[in-house]
Amino acid sequence: MVPLSWYLALSAVLFTIGVAGVLIQRNAIVLFMCIELMLNSVNLTLVAFSRFLGDVTGQLFVFIVMVVAAAEAAVGLAIIIALFRTRETLNVDEADLLKL
Amino acid sequence: MSSLINSIDFPYVLGALIKVAIFWITIMIICAYAVYAERRVLAVIQNRLGPNRVGWQGLLQPFADLIKFIFKEDIIPMSVNRALYVMAPVISLVPAMMVLIVYPFGPDDLPLPGGEFLTQVVNDLSTKLGLGWNVDLRTVDLHVTHFNVGILYVFAMTGLGVYGIVVAGWASNSKYSLLGGLRSSAQMVSYELGLSLSVVAVLLMAGTLDLTEIVRQQSGWGGMRWNIFGGTSAGEGLKSLAMAVPAIFAFFIYLISAIAETNRVPFDLPEAETELVAGFHTEYSALKFALFFIAEYVNMTTVSVLATSLFLGGWNGPFINVFPWLGPIYFLAKVFFFLFLYIWLRGTLPRLRYDQLMNFGWKFLLPAALFNIALAATIAVLVY
Amino acid sequence: MEQFAQIQVSHLFFLAFASLAVVAAFNVILQRNPIYSAIGLIVVMCSLAGLFLTLAAEFIAAIQIIVYAGAIMVLFVFVIMLLNVREEDAKADRQKYLKFLAVPLFLALIAEVMAVLKTIGNPAASETVPGAVETVAEGMFTTYLLPFEATSVLILMAIVGSMLLARRESKEETDEIEEALTVANQPTPIVEESSEEEVHA
Repeated sequence: MVPLSWYLALSAVLFTIGVAGVLIQRNAIVLFMCIELMLNSVNLTLVAFSRFLGDVTGQLFVFIVMVVAAAEAAVGLAIIIALFRTRETLNVDEADLLKL
Repeated sequence: MSSLINSIDFPYVLGALIKVAIFWITIMIICAYAVYAERRVLAVIQNRLGPNRVGWQGLLQPFADLIKFIFKEDIIPMSVNRALYVMAPVISLVPAMMVLIVYPFGPDDLPLPGGEFLTQVVNDLSTKLGLGWNVDLRTVDLHVTHFNVGILYVFAMTGLGVYGIVVAGWASNSKYSLLGGLRSSAQMVSYELGLSLSVVAVLLMAGTLDLTEIVRQQSGWGGMRWNIFGGTSAGEGLKSLAMAVPAIFAFFIYLISAIAETNRVPFDLPEAETELVAGFHTEYSALKFALFFIAEYVNMTTVSVLATSLFLGGWNGPFINVFPWLGPIYFLAKVFFFLFLYIWLRGTLPRLRYDQLMNFGWKFLLPAALFNIALAATIAVLVY
Repeated sequence: MEQFAQIQVSHLFFLAFASLAVVAAFNVILQRNPIYSAIGLIVVMCSLAGLFLTLAAEFIAAIQIIVYAGAIMVLFVFVIMLLNVREEDAKADRQKYLKFLAVPLFLALIAEVMAVLKTIGNPAASETVPGAVETVAEGMFTTYLLPFEATSVLILMAIVGSMLLARRESKEETDEIEEALTVANQPTPIVEESSEEEVHA
């Protein structure tokens, strides 16, 4: 059996990559993907703990996280499409006005 | 390192590899002859001859086609995105092929002819080599593996196939390809809902997601207790026949969604030649085109296998208890029936318009599938 | 080091999937072209599904591929293709110092992981193996029924919200489209003739 610490370390690495992506990328869609990456890394932690503690709750959390991610992706991408229609750019730095 | 070697179950891995090889060849032959059958049957429907020159009645035509595909010049257009263009056919074929490890070709514990002798030979050999294997080849299971989430695995893999088409459309840098890819991804995502929701009605009857277990449950009534006749492990007598109603609805919803999911006529909008030349594979030629072609036929086989296993009893049929080797024959016969149905539809129906397709999927099939789940659940509660 | 003396196949699977995930994750954040990022993320998700399988979480692994790779990422790819996003040339200049925050954040996270490992030690895997469909379903429809129902409401809100957002703004535009659709939907003799010819051709 692979030790728990390996999974936690991998999860931390993936989460950090996600954070770094949010900080260095300016494209709204890629920012979104980095957030999904962070959610995924947390899922790994939850499933790993679920296995090692023998409790199914962690996997249920993962299920709910996935549903939230799906909802978030739908709404977020709709926002991105609306943004692109009005500004014709996906650079988040240029979307800094509170009006059209 | 010895712990690493000890932790591998070599006989199991070797057996699985041999089975995968055999099933892979079977599926390839099925696909090759499905293409041939398609051309011949379409020719009959359209009152012409079809390919009949290579071999007797053109039976060697698939091999001639294969040789032609291999030796044609492999053109990569100038302005394509090279990496993705080369990757796309592979992305579309590999997940389609990965599904075949859960196909239930036949019953468990089939007596293998000459199995006693084979067991002796292998065990003797392993003692000589000092491997310490103890294999039993007297009976054989006609599936590579089966697991708890078999059907979900099939849906997961077929879902990944979309990327091949989308990436091909995007990487080709051609407007026909792009439109074909966009249409196809939208269509496959839409009809996947109808496909998976129609299966839920059967899962309510079966109470498991394991494909082999679902098929095994339908072996009552002398091998005729198929799900489409309301057969299930839970109910007894005439009452269980009530489940046939949602099962038949589910079967038709499944069939329509499956045709749309595999991009076949009358739902072949992604490759509508009158509008889009050839859709997402307009820019592909030679072996890369052949990979897309094979992927399409493997996907057709997969949905046919699923329809067979979920609704038509899989390898079950009359006299299955007396002659277990009838199992794979029944199974392949049912799969070929569905493949024939595809060809028949292609020769009969005109193509839908794109808005009709989307309206049909979202406004009719999806609500119908949801209603069917409610119906199945209600009947299940009332009957059992 | 005694962990490495008892190396097993599961370790190899972990290492393979983990390295694939990390490489693909770097691909997500370092590519300029969003479609490469999306493909990287799909690979991350598939390899995480493989890792879930090493943890015996079969249901979650299947759902991971179906929902994440099969639905959410298709949506992403679809939007990228629909907007036909070009590669972004201009790098961030306004927030160029912000990325140095990543290093302290990474250190903080490592410290956190260390702290967690110190408190829980390195526990042996539990005897009961959750992950089959039955166990997940039992938890979902008994103890956690309310959160499960709440997520369905959330999904409904997301559907309505995204439709509202993606809808075209001006009324004239929608009227124009509806008019065009009604014209297109009227059956014309030309369409029927051509479809019949197609059958005979």
